Amino acid sequence: MSRDGQPMIALSGVNKWFGTFHVLKDIDLEIHAGQRVVVCGPSGSGKSTLIRCINRLEEHDEGQIVVDGITLDEDMRNVAAIRREVGMVFQQFNLFPHLSVLDNCVLAQRRARGTPKAEARERAMHYLERVRIPEQAAKYPAQLSGGQQQRVAIARSLCMEPKVMLFDEPTSALDPEMIKEVLDVMIDLAQSGMTMICVTHEMGFARKVADKMVFMDHGRIVETAPPDRFFAAPASERTQLFLSQILSH
Amino acid sequence: MSPEAPERLPPLRRKSVSFGWLDGLLLALLLAAFGYFAWRTQTVLYYKWDWSTVWPWIVRVDPRTGGWVPNAILLGLATTLRLAVWGIMLAAVIGAVMGWARTSQRLLPRLISTSYVMLIRNIPPIVFVFVFVFFITSQILPSLGIADRAARLSPEVQWWLSVLFGPTNRIENFIVGLICLSVFTGAYVTEIVRAGIESVPRAQVEAGNSLGLTRFQVLRDIVFPQALRNVIPPLSNQFIQMIKDSSLVSLVSVQELTFVAQDIQISTQRVFEVLLFVGLIYFLICWSLSALFGKLERDATRVRG
Repeated sequence: MSRDGQPMIALSGVNKWFGTFHVLKDIDLEIHAGQRVVVCGPSGSGKSTLIRCINRLEEHDEGQIVVDGITLDEDMRNVAAIRREVGMVFQQFNLFPHLSVLDNCVLAQRRARGTPKAEARERAMHYLERVRIPEQAAKYPAQLSGGQQQRVAIARSLCMEPKVMLFDEPTSALDPEMIKEVLDVMIDLAQSGMTMICVTHEMGFARKVADKMVFMDHGRIVETAPPDRFFAAPASERTQLFLSQILSH
Repeated sequence: MSPEAPERLPPLRRKSVSFGWLDGLLLALLLAAFGYFAWRTQTVLYYKWDWSTVWPWIVRVDPRTGGWVPNAILLGLATTLRLAVWGIMLAAVIGAVMGWARTSQRLLPRLISTSYVMLIRNIPPIVFVFVFVFFITSQILPSLGIADRAARLSPEVQWWLSVLFGPTNRIENFIVGLICLSVFTGAYVTEIVRAGIESVPRAQVEAGNSLGLTRFQVLRDIVFPQALRNVIPPLSNQFIQMIKDSSLVSLVSVQELTFVAQDIQISTQRVFEVLLFVGLIYFLICWSLSALFGKLERDATRVRG
Protein backbone atom coordinates (compact mmCIF):
# COMPACT_ATOMS: atom_id res chain seq x y z
CA MET A 1 0.00 0.00 0.00
CA SER A 2 1.27 3.46 -0.82
CA ARG A 3 0.95 6.14 1.84
CA ASP A 4 -2.70 7.08 1.20
CA GLY A 5 -3.95 3.57 0.44
CA GLN A 6 -4.31 4.35 -3.26
CA PRO A 7 -3.23 1.58 -5.62
CA MET A 8 0.08 2.17 -7.42
CA ILE A 9 -1.52 1.24 -10.72
CA ALA A 10 -5.23 1.24 -11.43
CA LEU A 11 -6.84 0.29 -14.73
CA SER A 12 -10.57 0.62 -15.07
CA GLY A 13 -12.70 -0.20 -18.08
CA VAL A 14 -9.69 -0.18 -20.42
CA ASN A 15 -10.38 -1.07 -24.05
CA LYS A 16 -8.04 -1.04 -26.99
CA TRP A 17 -8.26 -1.90 -30.66
CA PHE A 18 -5.57 -2.51 -33.27
CA GLY A 19 -7.58 -1.46 -36.30
CA THR A 20 -10.71 -3.55 -35.94
CA PHE A 21 -9.03 -6.15 -33.73
CA HIS A 22 -10.27 -5.78 -30.16
CA VAL A 23 -7.05 -6.48 -28.26
CA LEU A 24 -8.03 -5.40 -24.73
CA LYS A 25 -11.57 -5.86 -23.47
CA ASP A 26 -12.88 -4.10 -20.34
CA ILE A 27 -9.73 -4.50 -18.31
CA ASP A 28 -10.01 -3.73 -14.58
CA LEU A 29 -6.87 -4.24 -12.54
CA GLU A 30 -5.42 -2.77 -9.36
CA ILE A 31 -1.85 -3.19 -8.26
CA HIS A 32 -0.58 -1.89 -4.95
CA ALA A 33 2.91 -0.79 -4.02
CA GLY A 34 5.15 -3.76 -3.32
CA GLN A 35 2.90 -6.27 -5.09
CA ARG A 36 4.31 -8.74 -7.61
CA VAL A 37 1.89 -9.58 -10.35
CA VAL A 38 2.47 -12.25 -12.95
CA VAL A 39 0.39 -12.03 -16.12
CA CYS A 40 0.11 -15.15 -18.24
CA GLY A 41 -1.99 -16.46 -21.06
CA PRO A 42 -1.74 -17.79 -24.61
CA SER A 43 0.01 -15.69 -27.23
CA GLY A 44 -2.21 -13.03 -28.72
CA SER A 45 -4.21 -12.75 -25.51
CA GLY A 46 -3.20 -9.09 -25.04
CA LYS A 47 -0.88 -9.47 -22.07
CA SER A 48 2.02 -7.58 -23.65
CA THR A 49 -0.30 -4.86 -24.88
CA LEU A 50 -1.69 -4.57 -21.37
CA ILE A 51 1.64 -3.73 -19.76
CA ARG A 52 2.70 -1.58 -22.70
CA CYS A 53 -0.35 0.58 -22.01
CA ILE A 54 0.88 1.22 -18.47
CA ASN A 55 3.85 3.30 -19.70
CA ARG A 56 1.96 4.37 -22.81
CA LEU A 57 4.07 2.62 -25.40
CA GLU A 58 0.55 1.83 -26.58
CA GLU A 59 -2.38 4.22 -26.23
CA HIS A 60 -5.61 2.81 -24.85
CA ASP A 61 -8.82 3.87 -26.57
CA GLU A 62 -11.29 3.73 -23.67
CA GLY A 63 -11.17 3.66 -19.90
CA GLN A 64 -8.74 5.08 -17.39
CA ILE A 65 -5.19 4.23 -16.36
CA VAL A 66 -3.80 5.88 -13.23
CA VAL A 67 -0.17 5.34 -12.26
CA ASP A 68 1.11 6.68 -8.95
CA GLY A 69 -1.77 9.17 -8.83
CA ILE A 70 -1.17 10.47 -12.37
CA THR A 71 -3.79 9.82 -15.03
CA LEU A 72 -2.41 8.81 -18.43
CA ASP A 73 -3.81 11.03 -21.14
CA GLU A 74 -2.74 13.05 -24.16
CA ASP A 75 -0.61 15.34 -21.99
CA MET A 76 2.98 14.40 -22.79
CA ARG A 77 4.21 15.82 -19.48
CA ASN A 78 2.16 13.23 -17.62
CA VAL A 79 3.47 10.52 -19.90
CA ALA A 80 7.07 11.59 -19.33
CA ALA A 81 6.52 11.76 -15.56
CA ILE A 82 5.08 8.25 -15.50
CA ARG A 83 7.80 6.83 -17.74
CA ARG A 84 10.43 8.07 -15.31
CA GLU A 85 8.73 6.14 -12.49
CA VAL A 86 8.04 2.98 -14.47
CA GLY A 87 10.93 0.85 -15.70
CA MET A 88 10.50 -1.62 -18.51
CA VAL A 89 12.40 -4.72 -19.60
CA PHE A 90 11.76 -6.03 -23.10
CA GLN A 91 11.80 -9.51 -24.59
CA GLN A 92 14.55 -8.51 -27.04
CA PHE A 93 16.54 -6.52 -24.41
CA ASN A 94 16.67 -3.42 -26.67
CA LEU A 95 20.01 -2.21 -25.36
CA PHE A 96 21.54 0.69 -27.26
CA PRO A 97 24.15 -1.01 -29.47
CA HIS A 98 26.23 2.12 -30.04
CA LEU A 99 26.81 2.72 -26.32
CA SER A 100 28.91 0.76 -23.85
CA VAL A 101 27.16 -1.13 -21.07
CA LEU A 102 28.02 1.67 -18.65
CA ASP A 103 26.75 4.38 -21.00
CA ASN A 104 23.55 2.42 -21.56
CA CYS A 105 22.97 2.80 -17.82
CA VAL A 106 24.16 6.41 -17.63
CA LEU A 107 22.37 8.00 -20.59
CA ALA A 108 18.82 8.31 -19.25
CA GLN A 109 19.97 9.35 -15.78
CA ARG A 110 21.88 12.25 -17.30
CA ARG A 111 19.23 13.27 -19.82
CA ALA A 112 15.90 12.62 -18.10
CA ARG A 113 16.95 13.26 -14.50
CA GLY A 114 19.88 15.63 -14.99
CA THR A 115 22.05 13.55 -12.65
CA PRO A 116 25.69 14.73 -12.52
CA LYS A 117 28.07 12.47 -14.45
CA ALA A 118 30.02 11.07 -11.51
CA GLU A 119 26.86 10.24 -9.58
CA ALA A 120 25.25 8.64 -12.64
CA ARG A 121 28.30 6.43 -13.18
CA GLU A 122 28.40 5.46 -9.56
CA ARG A 123 24.75 4.47 -9.59
CA ALA A 124 25.22 2.59 -12.85
CA MET A 125 28.05 0.56 -11.30
CA HIS A 126 25.94 -0.05 -8.22
CA TYR A 127 23.15 -1.62 -10.24
CA LEU A 128 25.53 -3.49 -12.54
CA GLU A 129 26.93 -5.08 -9.37
CA ARG A 130 23.42 -5.85 -8.26
CA VAL A 131 22.77 -7.78 -11.51
CA ARG A 132 26.23 -9.34 -11.06
CA ILE A 133 28.06 -8.08 -14.16
CA PRO A 134 30.11 -5.05 -13.08
CA GLU A 135 33.11 -6.45 -14.97
CA GLN A 136 31.28 -6.01 -18.30
CA ALA A 137 30.79 -2.25 -17.89
CA ALA A 138 33.22 -1.23 -20.63
CA LYS A 139 31.96 -3.73 -23.21
CA TYR A 140 29.39 -3.16 -25.93
CA PRO A 141 26.05 -5.03 -25.93
CA ALA A 142 26.99 -7.15 -28.97
CA GLN A 143 29.90 -8.59 -26.97
CA LEU A 144 27.60 -10.02 -24.30
CA SER A 145 25.46 -13.14 -24.15
CA GLY A 146 21.68 -12.82 -24.19
CA GLY A 147 21.41 -13.39 -20.45
CA GLN A 148 24.04 -10.77 -19.75
CA GLN A 149 22.33 -8.31 -22.08
CA GLN A 150 19.02 -8.81 -20.33
CA ARG A 151 20.65 -8.23 -16.94
CA VAL A 152 22.16 -5.00 -18.28
CA ALA A 153 18.67 -4.02 -19.47
CA ILE A 154 17.37 -4.59 -15.94
CA ALA A 155 20.22 -2.53 -14.47
CA ARG A 156 19.56 0.23 -17.00
CA SER A 157 15.95 0.45 -15.82
CA LEU A 158 16.87 0.27 -12.15
CA CYS A 159 19.26 3.21 -12.59
CA MET A 160 16.21 5.44 -12.98
CA GLU A 161 15.13 4.20 -9.51
CA PRO A 162 11.62 3.40 -10.70
CA LYS A 163 8.69 2.69 -8.40
CA VAL A 164 7.37 -0.02 -10.70
CA MET A 165 9.12 -2.48 -13.02
CA LEU A 166 7.37 -3.97 -16.03
CA PHE A 167 8.77 -7.17 -17.55
CA ASP A 168 7.58 -8.13 -21.01
CA GLU A 169 8.50 -11.81 -21.47
CA PRO A 170 12.05 -11.15 -20.28
CA THR A 171 13.27 -14.74 -20.69
CA SER A 172 11.46 -15.77 -23.88
CA ALA A 173 14.36 -14.87 -26.18
CA LEU A 174 17.00 -16.57 -24.06
CA ASP A 175 18.75 -19.91 -24.32
CA PRO A 176 17.60 -22.30 -21.57
CA GLU A 177 20.94 -22.00 -19.76
CA MET A 178 20.63 -18.25 -19.46
CA ILE A 179 17.08 -18.11 -18.19
CA LYS A 180 18.12 -18.89 -14.65
CA GLU A 181 20.62 -16.04 -14.34
CA VAL A 182 17.93 -13.55 -15.35
CA LEU A 183 15.28 -15.10 -13.11
CA ASP A 184 17.69 -15.02 -10.17
CA VAL A 185 18.09 -11.28 -10.62
CA MET A 186 14.32 -10.87 -10.85
CA ILE A 187 13.73 -12.94 -7.72
CA ASP A 188 16.32 -10.85 -5.91
CA LEU A 189 14.51 -7.73 -7.06
CA ALA A 190 11.13 -9.09 -5.93
CA GLN A 191 12.51 -9.86 -2.51
CA SER A 192 13.72 -6.27 -2.15
CA GLY A 193 10.12 -5.11 -2.29
CA MET A 194 9.94 -3.74 -5.83
CA THR A 195 6.49 -3.45 -7.37
CA MET A 196 6.60 -5.71 -10.40
CA ILE A 197 4.35 -6.73 -13.23
CA CYS A 198 5.75 -9.64 -15.21
CA VAL A 199 4.42 -11.12 -18.39
CA THR A 200 6.05 -14.53 -18.35
CA HIS A 201 5.49 -18.24 -18.76
CA GLU A 202 8.06 -19.10 -16.09
CA MET A 203 5.62 -20.72 -13.67
CA GLY A 204 8.35 -21.67 -11.22
CA PHE A 205 9.23 -18.01 -10.90
CA ALA A 206 5.54 -17.13 -10.57
CA ARG A 207 5.01 -19.65 -7.74
CA LYS A 208 8.05 -18.32 -5.95
CA VAL A 209 7.48 -14.56 -6.02
CA ALA A 210 3.99 -13.67 -7.24
CA ASP A 211 1.36 -12.17 -4.93
CA LYS A 212 -1.19 -12.23 -7.67
CA MET A 213 -1.67 -14.26 -10.84
CA VAL A 214 -3.57 -12.77 -13.76
CA PHE A 215 -4.69 -15.05 -16.58
CA MET A 216 -5.71 -13.48 -19.87
CA ASP A 217 -7.35 -14.89 -22.97
CA HIS A 218 -8.71 -13.12 -26.06
CA GLY A 219 -8.10 -9.67 -24.57
CA ARG A 220 -9.96 -10.35 -21.35
CA ILE A 221 -8.79 -10.98 -17.81
CA VAL A 222 -10.24 -14.44 -17.25
CA GLU A 223 -9.02 -15.06 -13.75
CA THR A 224 -7.18 -13.26 -10.96
CA ALA A 225 -6.01 -15.27 -7.98
CA PRO A 226 -3.19 -15.70 -5.48
CA PRO A 227 -0.68 -18.23 -6.87
CA ASP A 228 -1.43 -21.12 -4.49
CA ARG A 229 -5.10 -21.10 -5.44
CA PHE A 230 -4.29 -20.29 -9.10
CA PHE A 231 -2.10 -23.34 -9.54
CA ALA A 232 -3.97 -25.73 -7.21
CA ALA A 233 -7.57 -24.92 -8.00
CA PRO A 234 -8.10 -22.54 -10.91
CA ALA A 235 -11.72 -21.45 -11.12
CA SER A 236 -12.13 -21.16 -14.86
CA GLU A 237 -11.98 -24.04 -17.30
CA ARG A 238 -9.86 -21.97 -19.70
CA THR A 239 -7.24 -21.46 -16.99
CA GLN A 240 -7.26 -25.18 -16.18
CA LEU A 241 -6.69 -26.03 -19.83
CA PHE A 242 -3.87 -23.50 -20.18
CA LEU A 243 -2.12 -24.70 -17.03
CA SER A 244 -2.47 -28.35 -18.00
CA GLN A 245 -0.81 -27.54 -21.32
CA ILE A 246 2.18 -25.62 -20.00
CA LEU A 247 2.73 -27.68 -16.84
CA SER A 248 2.35 -31.08 -18.46
CA HIS A 249 6.08 -31.60 -19.09
CA MET B 1 44.81 -39.04 -26.09
CA SER B 2 46.92 -37.93 -23.15
CA PRO B 3 45.31 -35.56 -20.67
CA GLU B 4 47.85 -32.85 -21.53
CA ALA B 5 47.11 -32.98 -25.24
CA PRO B 6 47.83 -29.58 -26.75
CA GLU B 7 44.87 -27.56 -27.90
CA ARG B 8 44.03 -28.50 -31.43
CA LEU B 9 44.47 -25.74 -33.98
CA PRO B 10 42.61 -25.62 -37.26
CA PRO B 11 44.50 -27.15 -40.23
CA LEU B 12 46.57 -24.71 -42.26
CA ARG B 13 44.88 -23.79 -45.48
CA ARG B 14 46.72 -22.27 -48.41
CA LYS B 15 45.08 -19.19 -49.79
CA SER B 16 44.37 -20.09 -53.37
CA VAL B 17 44.83 -17.51 -56.12
CA SER B 18 42.43 -18.44 -58.85
CA PHE B 19 43.42 -17.23 -62.28
CA GLY B 20 41.70 -19.24 -64.99
CA TRP B 21 41.52 -19.04 -68.76
CA LEU B 22 38.59 -16.60 -68.54
CA ASP B 23 40.67 -14.15 -66.50
CA GLY B 24 43.45 -14.45 -69.08
CA LEU B 25 41.03 -13.77 -71.91
CA LEU B 26 39.55 -10.73 -70.18
CA LEU B 27 43.00 -9.35 -69.46
CA ALA B 28 44.05 -9.85 -73.08
CA LEU B 29 40.92 -8.09 -74.32
CA LEU B 30 41.52 -5.20 -71.94
CA LEU B 31 45.13 -4.81 -73.10
CA ALA B 32 44.07 -5.00 -76.74
CA ALA B 33 41.45 -2.29 -76.23
CA PHE B 34 43.99 -0.12 -74.48
CA GLY B 35 46.56 -0.64 -77.26
CA TYR B 36 44.00 0.19 -79.92
CA PHE B 37 43.08 3.37 -78.07
CA ALA B 38 46.74 4.40 -77.81
CA TRP B 39 47.31 3.64 -81.49
CA ARG B 40 44.26 5.72 -82.50
CA THR B 41 45.32 8.73 -80.48
CA GLN B 42 48.83 8.50 -81.95
CA THR B 43 47.94 8.04 -85.61
CA VAL B 44 44.38 9.13 -86.30
CA LEU B 45 43.80 11.88 -83.78
CA TYR B 46 47.27 13.22 -84.48
CA TYR B 47 47.52 15.30 -81.36
CA LYS B 48 50.87 16.69 -80.29
CA TRP B 49 51.08 16.53 -76.53
CA ASP B 50 52.66 19.52 -74.85
CA TRP B 51 52.48 19.45 -71.07
CA SER B 52 54.91 22.32 -70.56
CA THR B 53 52.15 24.90 -71.08
CA VAL B 54 50.28 23.56 -68.05
CA TRP B 55 52.93 24.02 -65.35
CA PRO B 56 53.10 27.87 -65.36
CA TRP B 57 49.40 27.88 -64.50
CA ILE B 58 50.06 26.13 -61.23
CA VAL B 59 52.56 28.61 -59.80
CA ARG B 60 54.08 31.70 -61.33
CA VAL B 61 56.82 34.14 -60.48
CA ASP B 62 55.61 37.41 -59.06
CA PRO B 63 57.38 40.11 -61.16
CA ARG B 64 57.44 42.58 -58.26
CA THR B 65 58.93 40.38 -55.56
CA GLY B 66 60.52 37.68 -57.68
CA GLY B 67 58.97 34.95 -55.43
CA TRP B 68 56.66 32.07 -56.34
CA VAL B 69 52.95 32.73 -56.01
CA PRO B 70 50.05 30.37 -56.66
CA ASN B 71 48.54 30.77 -60.09
CA ALA B 72 45.08 30.05 -61.49
CA ILE B 73 45.04 26.27 -61.00
CA LEU B 74 46.03 26.43 -57.34
CA LEU B 75 43.61 29.30 -56.71
CA GLY B 76 40.85 27.32 -58.40
CA LEU B 77 41.78 24.26 -56.35
CA ALA B 78 41.52 26.36 -53.17
CA THR B 79 38.03 27.50 -54.17
CA THR B 80 36.99 23.92 -54.93
CA LEU B 81 38.29 22.78 -51.54
CA ARG B 82 36.42 25.62 -49.79
CA LEU B 83 33.26 24.65 -51.64
CA ALA B 84 33.83 21.03 -50.63
CA VAL B 85 34.45 21.63 -46.92
CA TRP B 86 31.67 24.18 -46.36
CA GLY B 87 29.39 22.33 -48.75
CA ILE B 88 29.71 19.04 -46.88
CA MET B 89 28.95 20.75 -43.58
CA LEU B 90 25.99 22.74 -44.91
CA ALA B 91 24.54 19.82 -46.86
CA ALA B 92 24.91 17.61 -43.77
CA VAL B 93 22.97 20.11 -41.64
CA ILE B 94 20.27 20.55 -44.27
CA GLY B 95 20.09 16.79 -44.76
CA ALA B 96 19.86 16.09 -41.02
CA VAL B 97 17.05 18.60 -40.44
CA MET B 98 15.13 17.71 -43.59
CA GLY B 99 15.72 14.00 -43.05
CA TRP B 100 14.22 14.29 -39.60
CA ALA B 101 11.30 16.27 -41.07
CA ARG B 102 10.73 13.51 -43.63
CA THR B 103 10.12 11.03 -40.80
CA SER B 104 8.15 13.43 -38.60
CA GLN B 105 4.70 12.43 -37.47
CA ARG B 106 3.42 15.95 -38.15
CA LEU B 107 2.15 16.87 -41.58
CA LEU B 108 3.77 20.27 -42.17
CA PRO B 109 7.43 19.27 -41.73
CA ARG B 110 6.79 16.19 -43.84
CA LEU B 111 5.12 18.26 -46.55
CA ILE B 112 7.95 20.81 -46.70
CA SER B 113 10.75 18.26 -46.78
CA THR B 114 9.01 16.00 -49.29
CA SER B 115 8.40 18.91 -51.65
CA TYR B 116 12.02 19.98 -51.29
CA VAL B 117 13.35 16.54 -52.16
CA MET B 118 10.90 15.96 -55.00
CA LEU B 119 11.59 19.35 -56.55
CA ILE B 120 15.35 19.05 -56.59
CA ARG B 121 15.59 15.37 -57.40
CA ASN B 122 13.41 15.70 -60.45
CA ILE B 123 14.96 18.64 -62.30
CA PRO B 124 18.37 18.66 -64.03
CA PRO B 125 21.11 20.20 -61.91
CA ILE B 126 21.95 22.83 -64.54
CA VAL B 127 18.39 24.10 -64.58
CA PHE B 128 18.40 24.19 -60.81
CA VAL B 129 21.65 26.16 -60.67
CA PHE B 130 20.43 28.79 -63.10
CA VAL B 131 16.98 29.18 -61.58
CA PHE B 132 18.35 29.21 -58.05
CA VAL B 133 21.09 31.73 -58.73
CA PHE B 134 19.42 34.17 -61.11
CA PHE B 135 15.90 34.14 -59.73
CA ILE B 136 16.47 33.58 -56.04
CA THR B 137 19.86 34.39 -54.61
CA SER B 138 20.72 37.19 -57.05
CA GLN B 139 17.62 39.01 -55.89
CA ILE B 140 18.24 38.58 -52.18
CA LEU B 141 21.96 38.47 -51.56
CA PRO B 142 23.04 41.89 -52.99
CA SER B 143 20.53 43.60 -50.69
CA LEU B 144 22.49 42.31 -47.69
CA GLY B 145 25.64 44.14 -48.88
CA ILE B 146 28.00 41.43 -47.72
CA ALA B 147 30.87 42.49 -49.99
CA ASP B 148 30.67 46.11 -48.80
CA ARG B 149 30.66 45.06 -45.18
CA ALA B 150 33.56 42.69 -45.74
CA ALA B 151 35.55 45.48 -47.38
CA ARG B 152 35.17 47.62 -44.26
CA LEU B 153 36.52 45.00 -41.86
CA SER B 154 40.00 45.10 -40.32
CA PRO B 155 42.86 43.55 -42.37
CA GLU B 156 43.22 40.52 -40.07
CA VAL B 157 39.55 39.70 -40.27
CA GLN B 158 39.69 40.14 -44.03
CA TRP B 159 42.63 37.79 -44.20
CA TRP B 160 40.73 35.13 -42.26
CA LEU B 161 37.68 35.66 -44.44
CA SER B 162 39.77 35.19 -47.56
CA VAL B 163 41.22 31.96 -46.17
CA LEU B 164 37.79 30.62 -45.30
CA PHE B 165 35.68 31.96 -48.16
CA GLY B 166 38.12 33.20 -50.80
CA PRO B 167 38.89 36.74 -51.98
CA THR B 168 36.58 39.26 -50.28
CA ASN B 169 35.65 41.00 -53.52
CA ARG B 170 34.21 37.73 -54.82
CA ILE B 171 32.70 36.60 -51.54
CA GLU B 172 29.08 37.13 -52.60
CA ASN B 173 29.61 35.06 -55.68
CA PHE B 174 31.19 32.29 -53.61
CA ILE B 175 28.33 32.26 -51.10
CA VAL B 176 25.77 32.03 -53.90
CA GLY B 177 27.60 29.07 -55.39
CA LEU B 178 28.01 27.43 -51.99
CA ILE B 179 24.35 27.75 -51.02
CA CYS B 180 23.30 26.50 -54.41
CA LEU B 181 25.52 23.44 -54.17
CA SER B 182 24.50 22.67 -50.58
CA VAL B 183 20.79 23.01 -51.20
CA PHE B 184 21.17 20.76 -54.21
CA THR B 185 23.21 18.09 -52.42
CA GLY B 186 21.11 18.48 -49.26
CA ALA B 187 18.13 16.94 -51.04
CA TYR B 188 20.04 13.73 -51.68
CA VAL B 189 21.49 13.73 -48.16
CA THR B 190 17.93 14.13 -46.86
CA GLU B 191 16.92 10.88 -48.49
CA ILE B 192 19.98 9.12 -47.11
CA VAL B 193 19.25 10.42 -43.59
CA ARG B 194 15.62 9.35 -43.87
CA ALA B 195 16.68 5.85 -44.88
CA GLY B 196 19.14 5.86 -41.96
CA ILE B 197 16.50 6.91 -39.44
CA GLU B 198 14.12 4.27 -40.75
CA SER B 199 16.84 1.62 -40.48
CA VAL B 200 16.91 1.99 -36.68
CA PRO B 201 14.44 -0.50 -35.17
CA ARG B 202 11.30 0.92 -33.60
CA ALA B 203 12.21 -0.99 -30.43
CA GLN B 204 15.16 1.36 -29.89
CA VAL B 205 12.78 4.32 -29.76
CA GLU B 206 10.54 2.42 -27.35
CA ALA B 207 13.47 1.62 -25.09
CA GLY B 208 14.40 5.30 -25.03
CA ASN B 209 10.82 6.36 -24.39
CA SER B 210 10.37 3.85 -21.60
CA LEU B 211 13.36 5.42 -19.81
CA GLY B 212 11.64 8.81 -19.82
CA LEU B 213 13.66 10.42 -22.62
CA THR B 214 11.92 13.07 -24.69
CA ARG B 215 11.29 12.63 -28.39
CA PHE B 216 14.19 14.96 -29.22
CA GLN B 217 16.57 13.17 -26.84
CA VAL B 218 15.66 9.82 -28.34
CA LEU B 219 16.37 11.21 -31.79
CA ARG B 220 19.67 12.83 -30.86
CA ASP B 221 21.14 10.23 -28.49
CA ILE B 222 19.72 6.97 -29.80
CA VAL B 223 18.36 7.14 -33.34
CA PHE B 224 20.80 9.55 -35.00
CA PRO B 225 24.08 7.92 -33.94
CA GLN B 226 22.85 4.52 -35.11
CA ALA B 227 21.34 5.94 -38.30
CA LEU B 228 24.59 7.70 -39.15
CA ARG B 229 26.56 4.51 -38.75
CA ASN B 230 24.25 2.71 -41.15
CA VAL B 231 24.52 5.35 -43.85
CA ILE B 232 28.25 6.07 -43.94
CA PRO B 233 28.72 4.32 -47.34
CA PRO B 234 25.92 6.14 -49.23
CA LEU B 235 26.81 9.37 -47.47
CA SER B 236 30.44 9.18 -48.57
CA ASN B 237 29.22 8.49 -52.09
CA GLN B 238 27.05 11.59 -51.99
CA PHE B 239 29.81 13.85 -50.69
CA ILE B 240 32.21 12.64 -53.36
CA GLN B 241 29.48 13.31 -55.88
CA MET B 242 29.15 16.79 -54.43
CA ILE B 243 32.81 17.60 -54.99
CA LYS B 244 32.44 16.69 -58.63
CA ASP B 245 29.14 18.60 -58.83
CA SER B 246 30.92 21.66 -57.49
CA SER B 247 32.08 22.16 -61.09
CA LEU B 248 28.47 23.09 -61.86
CA VAL B 249 28.77 26.42 -60.08
CA SER B 250 31.44 27.44 -62.59
CA LEU B 251 28.35 28.19 -64.68
CA VAL B 252 27.65 31.16 -62.44
CA SER B 253 31.27 32.37 -62.47
CA VAL B 254 32.49 30.89 -59.23
CA GLN B 255 36.16 30.56 -60.11
CA GLU B 256 36.76 27.02 -59.00
CA LEU B 257 38.85 24.36 -60.66
CA THR B 258 36.64 23.67 -63.68
CA PHE B 259 36.06 27.37 -64.35
CA VAL B 260 39.79 27.99 -64.24
CA ALA B 261 40.46 24.98 -66.44
CA GLN B 262 38.11 26.27 -69.13
CA ASP B 263 39.82 29.67 -68.99
CA ILE B 264 43.23 28.13 -69.45
CA GLN B 265 42.03 25.87 -72.25
CA ILE B 266 40.83 28.90 -74.17
CA SER B 267 43.99 30.93 -73.73
CA THR B 268 46.48 28.08 -74.34
CA GLN B 269 44.56 25.85 -76.75
CA ARG B 270 45.94 22.86 -74.81
CA VAL B 271 42.55 21.26 -74.23
CA PHE B 272 43.48 17.69 -73.32
CA GLU B 273 46.45 18.46 -71.12
CA VAL B 274 44.54 20.92 -68.96
CA LEU B 275 41.47 18.70 -68.79
CA LEU B 276 43.45 15.60 -67.85
CA PHE B 277 45.51 17.46 -65.27
CA VAL B 278 42.44 18.94 -63.61
CA GLY B 279 40.77 15.55 -63.78
CA LEU B 280 43.72 14.10 -61.88
CA ILE B 281 43.34 16.75 -59.17
CA TYR B 282 39.63 15.92 -58.78
CA PHE B 283 40.54 12.25 -58.60
CA LEU B 284 43.04 12.87 -55.81
CA ILE B 285 40.56 14.94 -53.76
CA CYS B 286 37.75 12.42 -54.14
CA TRP B 287 40.02 9.46 -53.58
CA SER B 288 41.33 10.96 -50.31
CA LEU B 289 37.78 11.59 -49.18
CA SER B 290 36.73 8.01 -49.90
CA ALA B 291 39.78 6.79 -47.98
CA LEU B 292 38.74 8.98 -45.05
CA PHE B 293 35.19 7.66 -45.13
CA GLY B 294 36.49 4.11 -45.45
CA LYS B 295 38.40 4.61 -42.23
CA LEU B 296 35.35 6.10 -40.52
CA GLU B 297 33.33 3.09 -41.58
CA ARG B 298 35.89 0.62 -40.25
CA ASP B 299 36.10 2.49 -36.94
CA ALA B 300 32.32 2.55 -36.61
CA THR B 301 31.93 -1.17 -37.17
CA ARG B 302 34.80 -2.01 -34.85
CA VAL B 303 33.17 -0.24 -31.91
CA ARG B 304 30.01 -2.25 -32.41
CA GLY B 305 32.00 -5.33 -31.42
